[in-house]
Order: sequence, then C-alpha cells, then structure tokens
Amino acid sequence: MSSALSQGVPLSAYLLLSAVLFALGVVGFLIKRNLITVFLSIELMLNAVNLSFVTFACQWHAVKGQIFVFFVMMVAAAEAAVGLAIIIAVYRARATLSVDRIDLMKL
Amino acid sequence: MNASLHLWLIPLAPFAGFVLNGLLGSRLPRWFTTSVGLLAPLVSFVVVINSIRAFTGAAQLPYVETCPHPWISVGSLHIDFSLVLDQLSLVMLLVITGVGFLIHIYSVGYMRGDPGYARYFSFLNLFLFFMSTLVLAGNALVLFVGWEGVGLASYLLIGFWFQRDVAANAGKKAFIVNRVGDFGFLIGIFLLLSNFGTLAFSEISAKLAGNPAWQGGALTLICLCLLFGAAGKSAQLPLYVWLPDAMEGPTPVSALIHAATMVTAGVYLVARTHFLFDHAPAALAVIAVVGAATAIFAAAMGLVQNDIKRVLAYSTISQLGYMFLACGVAAYSAAIFHLVTHAFFKALLFLAAGSVIHALGGEQDLRKMGGLRKKIPITFWTMTAAVFAIAGFFPFSGFFSKDAILYAAFLSGRNGQILWFVGLVTALLTSFYMFRLWYMAFFGEARSPDVHPHESPWSMLAPLVILAVLSIGGGWVGAERFGAFLAPSVGEHAALSTIPHLELILSIVAVLVALEGWLIADKLYRRRPERAAQWAAALPWGYKILLNKFYVDEFYSAVLVKPLLAVSKFFLDWVVDKGILGGFAWLLAGIATYAGMILQRWQSGNLRSYAAWLAAAAAVLLLFLLIPWHADWAASLHIILKGAGAER
Repeated sequence: MSSALSQGVPLSAYLLLSAVLFALGVVGFLIKRNLITVFLSIELMLNAVNLSFVTFACQWHAVKGQIFVFFVMMVAAAEAAVGLAIIIAVYRARATLSVDRIDLMKL
Repeated sequence: MNASLHLWLIPLAPFAGFVLNGLLGSRLPRWFTTSVGLLAPLVSFVVVINSIRAFTGAAQLPYVETCPHPWISVGSLHIDFSLVLDQLSLVMLLVITGVGFLIHIYSVGYMRGDPGYARYFSFLNLFLFFMSTLVLAGNALVLFVGWEGVGLASYLLIGFWFQRDVAANAGKKAFIVNRVGDFGFLIGIFLLLSNFGTLAFSEISAKLAGNPAWQGGALTLICLCLLFGAAGKSAQLPLYVWLPDAMEGPTPVSALIHAATMVTAGVYLVARTHFLFDHAPAALAVIAVVGAATAIFAAAMGLVQNDIKRVLAYSTISQLGYMFLACGVAAYSAAIFHLVTHAFFKALLFLAAGSVIHALGGEQDLRKMGGLRKKIPITFWTMTAAVFAIAGFFPFSGFFSKDAILYAAFLSGRNGQILWFVGLVTALLTSFYMFRLWYMAFFGEARSPDVHPHESPWSMLAPLVILAVLSIGGGWVGAERFGAFLAPSVGEHAALSTIPHLELILSIVAVLVALEGWLIADKLYRRRPERAAQWAAALPWGYKILLNKFYVDEFYSAVLVKPLLAVSKFFLDWVVDKGILGGFAWLLAGIATYAGMILQRWQSGNLRSYAAWLAAAAAVLLLFLLIPWHADWAASLHIILKGAGAER
C-alpha cells in the first residue's frame, strides 16, 4: 500500500485529531455567545468530519470519501455565504451578536 | 304490447328542469328560466296525453315500465324501479301535470320580480318530479320515495321566503308533522314486507285475491299504519296542524301542493292500496270516522278565519276529510272523483285569492278587502265559479262529486246516516264560509280606500279562466261513468238503494243546505254586516274557541312540543351534551393544554440550549449504536447496566 498512512503515522492519530477538532467545535458551539464564533465552530466541526472522511478514503482506497469532502466544502461555502449574510442582517436589526439575546422564537 | 309509452319521461322532464334551473337559473336570463320551467311540465303533460292511447287500443293494462336493473336485490327480497300506468294513475297524472302546468303559467306572472325566481321554478319542477313518481309507483317503496320527495318540495316551498321567521317555522312544522305520519307509513311498509314478502302492489293484490278469507288481524294493523301516514300527508285529524301554517308559502304553491295535488296523496294511497283496506273493515271504519270528523272540525274553524288563504286552507282540510270519508265507505272512485273536481276548484280558489292578494299589493286580511267586484272582474267571475262549485250547486263540478260521496255514505251500513249527516252539516258550513269570503272580498265598500286594485296580467288570468271552465264542467262526466272507468283500478262500488229516487232526494237536500249556507252568509255579510259582530259578541266563548282553532296548536305545544323541548334542554343539552360529551372534550383539551404547558419550556428560544439538546441526542444515538443489541430485551438491559465491556 502506498498511502500516507503506511508511512508511520497510524490511522488512530488522524481519527483522534478529527475527534478532538470535532469536540472543540461542539464545545465552542455550546459555550460561546458570539454568533460569529458559533459560526466558526460549525466550520470547525465540518472540517473535523472532512478529515475523518479523507482518512478513511485513504485507508480503504475508496474515492467516495474524497468526493464527499468536496460536497461538504461546497455546502460549507454556500452556508458560509448565507450564514454571514444572515449574521449581518441580524446585527443590523438588533445591534447585537449575542445568541442569548436572539431569542424571538421563545414562547 | 305496442310501442313504449315512455312513462319515464313524465317524472324525468321536471327533474331535468329542476337541475337546469337549480344549477344555472340564477345566472341565465329570465326568459330562459321561464321557458325551462314551463317546458318541463308541458313535456310531462304531453306524454300523459299520449299515454291515453293505451286505454283506447287493445293494450294490456295496467301498463308497466320497469328499469332494466333491479333497484334492491337482497336474498329473496327483490324490488324493481317500476312505473305503472292504470286508470287511477292516469287520472292523477292528468290532474298533476295539467293543473300543475296551469299553475306554472300562473307563477310566471305571480312571481315576476321575485329575486328567487329561478329557485322557485326549480323547486316547483322538483315537486312535479316527485309527485309523478309517487303516482306512477308500482310498489310501495318507489311510492315512498315520491312521498318523501313531495314532503321535501313542500318544505322548500313553504319556507320559500325563508328570510321571514314565520315562513321558515311553518316549513319546519310541516316537515316534522309529516315525519310523524311517515313513521306510521314506514312501519306499514315493513309490515307489508314481512307479511307478503313483496312490495309490488300487483303481487300483494294477487295474493289477497287468492285468499279471500284473510280478514283483519295483521291487515288491519297495516292499514292503520298506512292510514296514519296518509293522515299526515293529507292533513287529517290529528295531524292536520301543519296545513294552515303552510299558507306562508307563495300562493301558487298553496294552490298546487297544499290544495290540488300533494295533500291528496293520502287519498291516493288509500285508493291505491284499496285491496288491503277491503280486507280490513275496522280500518275502513276508522278512515270514515277520521274523515268525517276532520271535515266538520276544519269547516268549523274555517268559519271565523280572517286571512283569505287560511279560510281556504281549512276548507282544503275539510274537503280532504270528505275524500277520506268516501274512502272509509269504500267508495274509492267517489273519493278520486272529488279529488279531481276539488283539484280544479280549490286550485282556482287559491289562484283567484292570489290574484286578489296581487291586486291589493300583498293584503291577505279579508276585513281590509271589499268592493273588488268591479275592480277586478275576471278574478271575481272565476272566483264565483269556484265558490259555487265548492258549495255544491248544480251544475257545478263540486255538486256531482260531493253528491256521490254523500250518497255512498248514506248507503253504507248501520252508521251510514250519521256519516251522511255530518257530511251535510259540513256542506252547510262550507257554503257559509265560502260565501262569507266571497262577500267580504268582493262586495260592499272598499275598506282600504287608499289601495288601487289592478287586474292581474294575462299569464295569471288565463289559468284562472281555464280552471273556471273545468270547475264548472269538470263534473259533468258523472260519478257513475267515472266510477266505471276507474273500476279496474279501485274495484266496483255497488251502491244500490232500495228506496226509489233516493239519490235525487239526497241531491236536492244537499243543494238546499248549500243554499241555506249562502243565505246566512248573504244576511250576515251583505245585507246586515253588523249582525256578524253581534253574533260573535253574543257567543264570546264559542267564537273565541273557533278563532283560536280549538286550541289544538296550544294543546300540542303544551303536551308534545314543550315537554320535548324541556327534555332536550335539561337532559340532552345539559346532561348529555354539556355534561358527558362536553366534559369528555374538556378533559382531552385539558390534557393537551397542560402537556403543552410543560413541554413549552423546551421551546426556550435559546439557541445554545437547542444545540445542547442536539448534541445530547447525537450522543445518545451514538451510545445506542455502540451497544450490541440483542433480540432479548432483558439481556440488552443487563449489558447496559453492567457496562458494554461485560459482553466480552
């Protein structure tokens, strides 16, 4: 096998990095109040998933995982454009980016 | 049999008119509505006229048309949708479509300008559809369809001006009282089915003919049930109360449905099922008593009414009583004969009354009329013909038919003379109240000088003139010849008397009695108008009872309506509806509300709490994927409690 994985760095290291990145994303999403930070946390989670995708693609020589990553990146780009637009709109309307104060859906 | 007579066209032409006018009438021009509304009964009438040839040729009678597909076919029960034409249904059809067509023409003038013009004509056509179905029915179930249908049409047309509460309530009253009668009719049909296993009139008749010894018993019960239904539809005691209120409908409707055709359906029913009644003498006696009692009772109430249409309504009830009396003494052909002449002169009376009301701009109170003789001469002369006909003067049509009934009553058994005497008194009362109406409306001084009466348009006058001719000449055929024609349908009525010239003597007595009624009315309402009020003042008690119609409405209200309403209110409404049903609904609503109040705390609007729930749920799902699940729930639980590692 001529993959990167065979040259010493084990599979578990990649997966561990991915899990750590994902966990950081979740924690950031849950504890941060700034909407932009929350948004970046989402991106972090997406990229953690991307990492595990390419890891497995390389491990199993399956190109599907890599294709999936392209899809995720594409969606993430679109999401970033829309999300940032929403954030700007929210800021203009409410003059704040604190998620705790954006609670109009509350009963 | 020769070529088909296309009987199915008779009901279906008006039905097509009903559908066309009912769906499109209000969107299309008035001439379209008018022509559809008039064409439908005309087609029926032409088909009926055409079917007369079945009676002249060597055709097989009764002529039957059956729908190729059976209507109901369950086990041994087999009911066809069959139409039967015989002498009886031909006579009825001629009256229904003929008089019906005239009244349609009249309606064009009478209802001109009414916003519900198309609705009116579609209902009127619907009525003709059901009425001709009723008359043509070859079995009791098809007859019942028509029976209920005319009740529906009657309800729709009584409440035609439904914006007025009185009219809407009158419609409901008619419908509900008819339901009471229909209940009896329906039980009668069930009993027929259980006793004969068929509902076709011809088969029942054949079974009875093959078993002449079968008398009374179940047959009496069946006949009494049918009589109850007939009493509801034909406004006999004790179910007559709806007919006077039915006068809230448009006047042509009163003429067509509540005088000439629908209310005679009960008489028709008895004549159609005469083979049953012939085997149930007790039921026949009940019919005779009910008829005689209704005749005199209603005539007495008619004496003091001041609404021109209500006088005619009580008169109709009274004349229907005559027909029942005739049925009760098994003189079915006399009953049908009176039905026909009554259709002519009572339709004419109503139409003429409608013309008077039209001329006076909607006034119905006799006390505000007067002096109309010169103002509306055609209406006056046609009305006069009808008044003389109903009073029974020779040679008007009413004379012949009333005479036939009284003669048959006189000859019927032991108590025949009592029935005859009641009929005679009724004739006196009839003559009196009709001439009272005549004098109050057309003679003396105009009591509302500021109204300027005008004669009605030709579309209203033409039917009046035609009906006047029929009212005068409709009876000249003679009861004997009429009876001979009907004999194949309703059986021979051999009324032979041993006293010479009895019929002539009875006729003279009847005419003298009618004359007496005229003279009394003449004295009280023309020569000495103050005397009527004096009489009323001298007998305040009797006058009041009559004016309040024997308090029958009040009696029904106190004994039936109010207790029913009270039960509805206290038990059904408060206990069942608000208590049980409402309580259950409140319980369910309460559970939902409180569950919602608890669950709504989830909906905090806090983005991070949503995210936390999301993450927690994802974690739980992950946990579930990691645990090796077993088909055995207990084992899985064991693994969860002991930790995932316990498996290895």
